Amino acid sequence: MFHAIKEGIGQEVEYVWHAEKSLEGFDAIMIPGGFSYGDYLRTGAIARFSNIMPAIMEAAKAGKPILGVCNGFQILLEAGLLPGAMRRNQHLSFICRPEVLKVVNTNTMFSSAFEEGETITIPIAHGEGNYYCDEKTLEELKKENRIVFEYETNPNGSISDIAGITNKEGNVLGMMPHPERAADSLLGNTDGLKLFQSILKHWSDTHANVTA
Amino acid sequence: MPTLQLDPTTEMIKNQQLYHEMGLTDEEYARVQTILGRDPNYTETGLFAVMWSEHCSYKTSKPLLRRFPTSGPHVLQGPGEGAGIVDIGDEQAVVFKIESHNHPSAIEPYQGAATGVGGIIRDVFSMGARPIALLNSLRFGDLNVPRVRYLFEQVVAGIAGYGNCIGIPTVGGEVNFDPCYNGNPLVNAMCVGLLNHADIKVGRAHGVGNTVMYVGASTGRDGIHGATFASEELTEQSDEKRPAVQVGDPFMEKLLLEACLEVIHSEALVGIQDMGAAGLTSSASEMAAKAGVGLEMNLDLVPQRETGMTPYEMMLSESQERMLLVVKKGREDEIQAIFEKWGLHAVSIGEVIEEKRFRLLHKGEVAADVPVLSLTDEAPVYQMPSKEPESFRENQAEEAWVPSDLNIKKTLFNLIKNPNIASKEWVYEQYDHMVQTNTVVAPGSDAAVLRIRGTKKALAMTTDCNAKYLSLDPELGGKIAVAEAARNVVCSGARPLAITDNLNFGNPQNPEVFWQMEKAVDGMSEACHALSTPVIGGNVSLYNETSGKAIDPTPVVGMVGLIEDVAHITTSQFKNVDDFIYVIGEAGEDFGASAVQLLMTGRAFGQAPSLDLEVEVSRQGRLLEAIQKGLITSAHDLAEGGLAVALSESVMGTGLGADVTLADSQIVVELFSETQSRFLVSVKKEDSKAFETLFTEAKLIGKVTQEARLVVNEGLTTVLNVPSLELEQTWKGAIPCYLSNGIEN
Repeated sequence: MFHAIKEGIGQEVEYVWHAEKSLEGFDAIMIPGGFSYGDYLRTGAIARFSNIMPAIMEAAKAGKPILGVCNGFQILLEAGLLPGAMRRNQHLSFICRPEVLKVVNTNTMFSSAFEEGETITIPIAHGEGNYYCDEKTLEELKKENRIVFEYETNPNGSISDIAGITNKEGNVLGMMPHPERAADSLLGNTDGLKLFQSILKHWSDTHANVTA
Repeated sequence: MPTLQLDPTTEMIKNQQLYHEMGLTDEEYARVQTILGRDPNYTETGLFAVMWSEHCSYKTSKPLLRRFPTSGPHVLQGPGEGAGIVDIGDEQAVVFKIESHNHPSAIEPYQGAATGVGGIIRDVFSMGARPIALLNSLRFGDLNVPRVRYLFEQVVAGIAGYGNCIGIPTVGGEVNFDPCYNGNPLVNAMCVGLLNHADIKVGRAHGVGNTVMYVGASTGRDGIHGATFASEELTEQSDEKRPAVQVGDPFMEKLLLEACLEVIHSEALVGIQDMGAAGLTSSASEMAAKAGVGLEMNLDLVPQRETGMTPYEMMLSESQERMLLVVKKGREDEIQAIFEKWGLHAVSIGEVIEEKRFRLLHKGEVAADVPVLSLTDEAPVYQMPSKEPESFRENQAEEAWVPSDLNIKKTLFNLIKNPNIASKEWVYEQYDHMVQTNTVVAPGSDAAVLRIRGTKKALAMTTDCNAKYLSLDPELGGKIAVAEAARNVVCSGARPLAITDNLNFGNPQNPEVFWQMEKAVDGMSEACHALSTPVIGGNVSLYNETSGKAIDPTPVVGMVGLIEDVAHITTSQFKNVDDFIYVIGEAGEDFGASAVQLLMTGRAFGQAPSLDLEVEVSRQGRLLEAIQKGLITSAHDLAEGGLAVALSESVMGTGLGADVTLADSQIVVELFSETQSRFLVSVKKEDSKAFETLFTEAKLIGKVTQEARLVVNEGLTTVLNVPSLELEQTWKGAIPCYLSNGIEN
């Protein structure tokens, strides 16, 4: 994630230690994948109590872009910043492979650089990526156009082929696929770069508005 | 009331020969008596039993290991430390090692495999290196046996569970199935790390008065006697040893890894070593022995998971995720502070002493007091008797077997759905092979390739061993194992640097098994010399037998090569329509232990394919040169199943096809022979002249085609014409099909 920001879109980026309490001075927050606390208990369930979490909630409220990828998505669910929950993959095993995604909503700060309906290939790498929410929430997600990415071929059993969703306000995106793993031509795939470029574009636009 | 736990007394150990159960022979026990000048107590007997086990002392394999070439201008650290180190220029070095966890995995496959991964990772970061990749080499029995399928599924899940969680990509390896592994699977894990020369750390306890610190998980009763267990044959009773298998905690290891990589930069650190096999005993005694000092430890200070643990239990526990450090006296706080940041406690448990004794205190008493070197350097070494098996002579005398009456299409499909050749996608999709985003060539090609961030360089890595060849001729098979690993590395665009080896054999007390070991080591050594790839470390796993029957000799080779420029990275798949397809090297009637022989006759017999190392070195050298000059668009070595399988693998997944013509009338030999030192390459038309100048022995056999079909002609007759997709579906579907049906498909 660090390198996708630094080298992929050439922006300044810093790691923030989990025990910190402030995110002041940052324009966007990325919660990367990984196995926080070993995924013991339940994915994201312990990390959600990290010291830094209140600052993330605050940044979310302030409208800053917050991207949670994989374990980051799971943490956002546990923290209640996004609705729903994760279950183990339908076939119970961990899956690591590129998946084809459909960009179903380009009207967000994370996806404006994509074409509507564009298909992109982004790797997944998870054992608990089977997204679930109740029918009412699913209705809401659909009605409010909050589903951003859908799997073309559902790899994990996620409800309604969901790969990524936003909050109501549209500034918090959680997704299981790893756009940062598709952001370097040497590794053979740059489909994920547009996501980071979208965030950058959003920042430039809003920044221009402020200074205008 | 605390539970009363009484160790057997010194007299009981002697009179009831309890040392037998602990793995010591009568002679070895007598030797301990001589060393101490008295009878050893229970704890001391345990120390000797575990340190003199094959797993720790290499007592039967040491004379053989000395035959390996272990040095070279680029070798910074050879065998003897946690892992070997090789220079890769720019003040950087690569560290790697392979290690087995066969016996634990046979009993408790998930945890056995997981902790095997954990152990090898610690070996690498204890050298000061950041682990960048994991590989493995796995052997299982016949997939039609339900228990084998269970072992296979659980071992893969265990490797995935540990590697994925700790965030180190599992990028490659091999999986092989043969009934000889039915009761005794092989689980060999390899870790590759990167470090700067300045950060190299070794496990030494220099400096009398310095403090011994313990860090990581607390010590429990798990894994007691694991090293001894690994040095015995598996029997029907082995299931009872389940408590000897440790349980892994990858998150703890992640914390330990990050903390240790921070600690190595501290001036306060003197030495660091992983507590692996034989836990606290081996790490502490080896660190003292290497520094020529003694150690005194107060076991009351060892963090304990359970109450009432005895010195014996603490010293022999193989609880995972623990490290031992030696720290400059008075600077313990600095080390503690670093571990605190990662939520870990570093505890002082002893000090370096001048007297070369290994002394353990417990509740105010001396629990053990033995000479340090008697545990390590002075452990017994045995020259085992060796005997050439009759089967070897018989096989050598056999007339060459050449398949006849063979349906080419049917044979090819049977080969590619054989689980040994079939796609291992089902396996590697469970491994996060991309984490850290450096994996340029993912599993599935000849070798995995990882770029080194911030440089133009990359590393190619592979594990290889065709044990069937060794079953016929261990010396030749040993040579081939090294040569094949090098072929895979070269095909990826890398110059082979060095190897790590995992010698998996049966019971060395059987002279025929020892003969296999001798011959295999000789063959490997010769190939290592020829290919300039010294052995920088490794592991020996013996007693791989079930109910008296040894496995095929399986000396696994783990090799790493350096790619000077990422532009040289090459894979085995065809790239462009109309590229010329060449085969380098003539096919001969080499079918002994070939995939076709196994398929058609159900056994391996005759002579294994011969290998001319001069030809091998010359072809590898020129192939690398051609790759570096940009003349090659794809490169693949011919291995199991010969040209037919290599062609199939080069078209699968590309959406392209190939149309080749083999003029030779011996089409079956051309397609399926396993003659060594051969390669399948594709070259752009405009580069063909330059390529042919470099490779006068290369034969132009055809072209890459737009139409996704594999077409093979014998002169003017088409002998094979199949859609690439059909090949791919068969190849990919085979293993999942086995696992869901449990029957041959």
